[in-house]
Amino acid sequence: MFQRPLEDSRETVTIVFEGIPISVPVGETVANALIIANVGPTRTTPVSGAPRSAYCLMGVCFECLVVIDGKPDQQSCMVIVREGMTIHCQQGATDVTDVTTDVTDVTTSEVAS
Amino acid sequence: MKQYDTIVVGGGLVGSSIAYGLTKRDQSVLILDQGDIAFRASRGNFGLVWVQGKGGGMPAYSQWSLQSARAWPELAASIQEDTGIDVDLHQPGGIHFFLNEKERDNRDRLLKNISNAAGSEFCHELLDQKAVRDLFPLVSDAVIGAASSPHDGACNSLRLFRGLHAGFQRRGGTYESNQTVVDIQFQNPGFMVKTQSDTFTSARIVLAAGLGTRELAPKVGLNAPVSPLKGQIMVTAKVKPFLHRPTHFLRQTDEGGVIIGESKEDVGFDDRTTPSVMHALAKRAGLIFPMLRDVNVVRTWGALRVMTPDGAPVYKHSETCPGAFITCVHSGVTLAGAHAGPLAEAIANGDLGDFYKPFHPERFNVPKAA
Repeated sequence: MFQRPLEDSRETVTIVFEGIPISVPVGETVANALIIANVGPTRTTPVSGAPRSAYCLMGVCFECLVVIDGKPDQQSCMVIVREGMTIHCQQGATDVTDVTTDVTDVTTSEVAS
Repeated sequence: MKQYDTIVVGGGLVGSSIAYGLTKRDQSVLILDQGDIAFRASRGNFGLVWVQGKGGGMPAYSQWSLQSARAWPELAASIQEDTGIDVDLHQPGGIHFFLNEKERDNRDRLLKNISNAAGSEFCHELLDQKAVRDLFPLVSDAVIGAASSPHDGACNSLRLFRGLHAGFQRRGGTYESNQTVVDIQFQNPGFMVKTQSDTFTSARIVLAAGLGTRELAPKVGLNAPVSPLKGQIMVTAKVKPFLHRPTHFLRQTDEGGVIIGESKEDVGFDDRTTPSVMHALAKRAGLIFPMLRDVNVVRTWGALRVMTPDGAPVYKHSETCPGAFITCVHSGVTLAGAHAGPLAEAIANGDLGDFYKPFHPERFNVPKAA
């Protein structure tokens, strides 16, 4: 749906979304990278479980929450990509009762092919 | 012009609880409410249905709070039946954490005094650190114990607000917003109520206008000594349930957000949030539940409590303008059960009677000792 300009010559880093490596120009936000990679929904809501993805892209709507390097509830539109960053979809509400669990175990069926 | 049985001035939780109770008693009722810019404690409160610690020095207030907590399930069921709205009432008992022995001893003394004055049903249990940990596995060592009371609970107070209004209108009540009351004339019998744009008439009138009642009460020969007391609250992102009982300053909603509150500031008509109070709230929450330090805060707000000089409610039927009643209350959630039940019943019957005497505002008129 979205594309970068063909003449984009920026250096890139590699982030890993749900186990899939994605090459992203330096300086982009995680939300931007995931939109252009067309990964589809990136979280489910805590109450109804409805699928959501990034919306306002300016830190206001909290629709773009993902798990970044094991840390839940991160606004992906406010985070700049880094080499080796791992990102997972956020499924519903965060479980604070089990903080020692490796949250990278969270899986999703929503990853775009 | 339509003559209503009762006009309720104020469409907050107190006014709408009474109005809903009156429509359930087949009265024709009009609520006159201000607009969205009014100070609204009803949209800013913490949502506790709380008995523990209420009414030190005033046993009637302890008993009234308990009576209301016991009337609450009926109110919640009635709203659900009338409107389909689930107000998420749960009354599993409430917890008051102690961070040091002085807090514990002061609280224990207060609760024992209330029990001695108001009756043995005002029981509480002191929990030691291990007992607290058994109830809340994530609590930190900073908590040395807690007081537990079986009567306490919480609800979703925004849904309560919506449910009361929906139920009131479903039962034929009339709601008018943007109607600031500027004058009330006693017509012996009955009342003429003037707003900035309209005039309404009724047989009776109930002033439940929160902080606005102070100005309106003298028009019906009454005195409503209320002043604002600011509270600030923050709420976190929704997390999975971990806090299965409400506590005095921290509770988890049915949808998962953690509400952190219980600040008190006497700063006049100013309901803004301040970084220093938010910092203090967050620090205390993180001290008790350390894992909350990693949870995002998504909203903060301030609101003004409607405080009487002793913190207890004022209810009074005017002697000079029969049919006029005032209600000044800061516990619009806890007392909703009593307001929609026995208080609405008494107002529908036209007289408060001796039961409400301890709540008369004359108690503030005692001359100071020389």
